[in-house]
Amino acid sequence: MSVIAYGLFRTRLGPSRAMLSRNWVAMRRAWVLVASGGVESLLFLFAFGFGVGALVGDITLPGGRTISYTAYVAPAILANAAMMGTLLETSINVFAKFKWMKVYDGVLATPMRPWDIALGEVWWALIRGGVYVAMFVIAMGAFGLLESVWSVLAVPAAVFIGLAFSGIGLTLATVFRNWPDFDWMMAIVFAMFLFGGTFTPVESYPGFAQPLVYAMPLYHGIELVRGISLGELGPMMAVNVLYLCALALAGTWIAQRRLAKALYK
Amino acid sequence: MPVDENEILVRAHGLRKRYGDFEAVRGVDFEIRRGEAFGFLGANGAGKSTTMRMIGCVSEPSDGALDLFGLDPHTDGPAIRARLGVVPQDNTLDNMLTVFENLTVYAGYFGIKRRTAARRAAELLEFVQLTARSRDKVDDLSGGMQRRLAIARSLINEPDLALLDEPTTGLDPQARHLLWERLFQLKQRGVSIVLTTHYMDEAEQLCDRLVIMDEGRIIASGSPRELIDTHVTKEVVELRYGGLHTTDLADIARTLDGIGSQVEALPDRILVYTDDGDDTTAALEARDVSPTSVLARRATLEDVFLRLTGRALGEDDG
Repeated sequence: MSVIAYGLFRTRLGPSRAMLSRNWVAMRRAWVLVASGGVESLLFLFAFGFGVGALVGDITLPGGRTISYTAYVAPAILANAAMMGTLLETSINVFAKFKWMKVYDGVLATPMRPWDIALGEVWWALIRGGVYVAMFVIAMGAFGLLESVWSVLAVPAAVFIGLAFSGIGLTLATVFRNWPDFDWMMAIVFAMFLFGGTFTPVESYPGFAQPLVYAMPLYHGIELVRGISLGELGPMMAVNVLYLCALALAGTWIAQRRLAKALYK
Repeated sequence: MPVDENEILVRAHGLRKRYGDFEAVRGVDFEIRRGEAFGFLGANGAGKSTTMRMIGCVSEPSDGALDLFGLDPHTDGPAIRARLGVVPQDNTLDNMLTVFENLTVYAGYFGIKRRTAARRAAELLEFVQLTARSRDKVDDLSGGMQRRLAIARSLINEPDLALLDEPTTGLDPQARHLLWERLFQLKQRGVSIVLTTHYMDEAEQLCDRLVIMDEGRIIASGSPRELIDTHVTKEVVELRYGGLHTTDLADIARTLDGIGSQVEALPDRILVYTDDGDDTTAALEARDVSPTSVLARRATLEDVFLRLTGRALGEDDG
């Protein structure tokens, strides 16, 4: 059984590894650029957590527990870091490789399929996002913002966020026509960052706005990471994970379909 | 695998490609055999590149049958592409990578092991004379060098068939000649080659067999010699008139009736097809048509193209 499973695993994932290794070779000279993305979220943590957090002090969760505002905001900023790392990689960088540098035109003349390209880009985005997340979690730990040993689970939780936004980013990369389209994306991302439950519990929004927030992918990411890092586990987390996985699958599938349509012409 | 000289690598029958209302390829038939250099000759927009993309299994035919190595592109695309070496018209080199990495990373797409890839990359750079540039970025290379790198890249998987789409378009004469020399060596190594071109001298030099395409159809096929023998006379006399225009040339051409086997007026010169250039030149002098220059030469593929389409190869037809 294991031989067959291994063989299947190889045939499905082998080619996408080649795409991953292409990105590694292309970016290894620019690792400072890669690391700089992680520094950005640390700046957010300092500004909002320690700056604003010092003014707000402690807050009371809907469940009645009281925690410092910094501990409340930090997981959300972590979720945001996971989102930005993978979304920017898959949207802007894939768009550049697809429309600008025509990298995929060359790749498709080989045995590689659009599915292999899409999957390879997802792996790469996850690795890049993972670097940001790891940097951030280490910083959280250093400032005493991790409430229990289970908080380490925030890292794999952030991977689900990365998966979801890789899928979304890939689809956007194939839908967007030109750079100004990315301004729209950034506007929506910023709205999610502000209103997706980063700074205040969703329950404090007026009733009509709440369904909008529940639809935001980032909201589900924040809920997941926050629940884990504060040690508040609940059945809703399964819904968060499923929602994020559904986005990942749908996004990657749509993206490879659109790549095929655009490049196999 | 024993090399069978008559083994057919590619077989196309009634191949068509439609883009909306526009039909780029309108039912072509051809067979490409192992070991030969096969050419698609035609003006821009004749359907050459579209046909190449279908052979390369990156474009699905709208109609007709296509078979490569006995496999069906529709179901076995990856397996077929694993045996092809493709040089697309615009190179599609990866400009985030160095020259050497362009070869090793590309080898990865074929699942070639890293060590094998590095060895082949070094050999191929030697073959295309780019060893000294192996650490440079692609953007720093000249057009001719980029083309040579694209050719080296297409050979990384030791393909059964190399597809070259307009390999020398846009290159200066020196770069073209270097490229021809490499392609000729490739042929000698036994690599089967398919190439498209709108240069008849390129087709004459490199192709064992070729088809002439026009408006999506194949209008003639054979070896360069056969095509010339079948469609034009042995020689052509060119008359040039400095300063005269198309209508003037047509008027003069009409007065040349009876000389050679056919007279054709082009926008810049008059062509007289004949089996004996000297005789015809003498006859022309007797007519007193006083051209600025007279040139008797061997007939070429360009004359074939002209006879068949009524247009010169250099003229675009959209």
